[in-house]
Amino acid sequence: MSRLRTYRTEAVVIRQMPLGEADRILTLCSPDMGKVRAVAKGVRRTKSRMGGHLDLLNHAAVSLARGRNLDAISEASAISTFGGIRADLRRVSRALYVAELVDRFSMEGNGNLAAYLLLLNTLGWLERAPNLDLLLRWFELRLLDYSGYMPELVHCIECREWLEPGDHLFTCEGGGALCPQCRSGSYSPLIPVPVSAMKTLRFLQREADFGKMAALNVGDRVLKDIERLMRAYIRHIIEREVKSAEFMNLTTS
Amino acid sequence: MTIDGTFAAAPVARLADEFSKLPGIGPKTAQRLTYYLVRMPEEDARALAEAIIAVKERIVFCSQCFNITDSDPCAVCANPRRDRTRICVVEEALDVLALERTNTYRGMYHVLHGVISPMNGIGPSDLRIQPLLERLNGEDIQEVILATNPNLEGEATSMYIQQLIAPLGIRVTRPARGLPVGGDLEYADEVTLGRAIEGRQEF
Repeated sequence: MSRLRTYRTEAVVIRQMPLGEADRILTLCSPDMGKVRAVAKGVRRTKSRMGGHLDLLNHAAVSLARGRNLDAISEASAISTFGGIRADLRRVSRALYVAELVDRFSMEGNGNLAAYLLLLNTLGWLERAPNLDLLLRWFELRLLDYSGYMPELVHCIECREWLEPGDHLFTCEGGGALCPQCRSGSYSPLIPVPVSAMKTLRFLQREADFGKMAALNVGDRVLKDIERLMRAYIRHIIEREVKSAEFMNLTTS
Repeated sequence: MTIDGTFAAAPVARLADEFSKLPGIGPKTAQRLTYYLVRMPEEDARALAEAIIAVKERIVFCSQCFNITDSDPCAVCANPRRDRTRICVVEEALDVLALERTNTYRGMYHVLHGVISPMNGIGPSDLRIQPLLERLNGEDIQEVILATNPNLEGEATSMYIQQLIAPLGIRVTRPARGLPVGGDLEYADEVTLGRAIEGRQEF
């Protein structure tokens, strides 16, 4: 990282909180520096030049000036404001969930290009995808993969044998599924994964292009099974609840 | 020793400590305010202290609109000349002041005291949304103006409330989005400029 006094990057605004009278502290997700926390001066004023460009979930090109504590945003220009998300409360609440997960899984000063592109890609799909739940599960599996927490769904995590087709059990602690012989081991609790859910999970995990499955028809039952598993596994990793999940559940219809 | 590492008389340090808890006031400003107060005539200092106590003792939330007030119902809710068929929903009590300064709006208000912010764990049940619905069911309301802030969380809050009001068949509106008076066109962001063009009016 260069030590110039100012630098430019593109970024997505994934979190914001008010500061003082008219400022905000923004958490930006950037391709090469990971999470950047920066002060955006005066953005809460109506006449702010930057305010509209730096709204939550905006993708923007920004110039930052290094500060003693936090860097300050000196210029910003929106690349995309994801209008298709903003007009629909279901899409907004899901986009906020996506942003919160990216915030939890990324580190300051540690760029993760794959995770950044995943965020942009997911926000793009959130504007138009018909099956939002399937999109979120695909996003979660990809994010886990790019953060080093990819669940093992092909081999038994204990004996490393191939998992035969059938209903299986998943352990968050072990980060994968167990074959019938290894079930009685030391892991608990165990989450049941029916064969249909396992098939869809493996497919989602393999496929880096959501476009190839956007039209896929997955039953509600299977989606619920996968959602329960993903929620438990993510909670286990980040050791807390995902706060925006509650509002997301309020905006289902 | 006080928070900023200097040695000062105990009452001075205590006041500076209290000041530094206020938003936007750091240790240096706190110190400056404290030393200014030390030199201030006693009656002025007393008036300030009494004003602070009065705010805490006499200010309550209006039982109808949840604006902050020293009399319940508040001055707007008690005024018989206001249009009782319109309610303007705002995030904070300060927004009521801003709207009152326009001298354009003559209806009633409803203060939510916040905005839905899922990532910060603030959901609909943390705001005064339920009392709003009770008002809409109990009073003769023709129009609800959703005047939350024009950003993602404000819009999300408005959309959520709109969905709850829709079954009641009441007209729901929101303030126009457009160019700020006195601003430069070239600095407007695409959303604002787009909305301004969409909502253009006959010259």
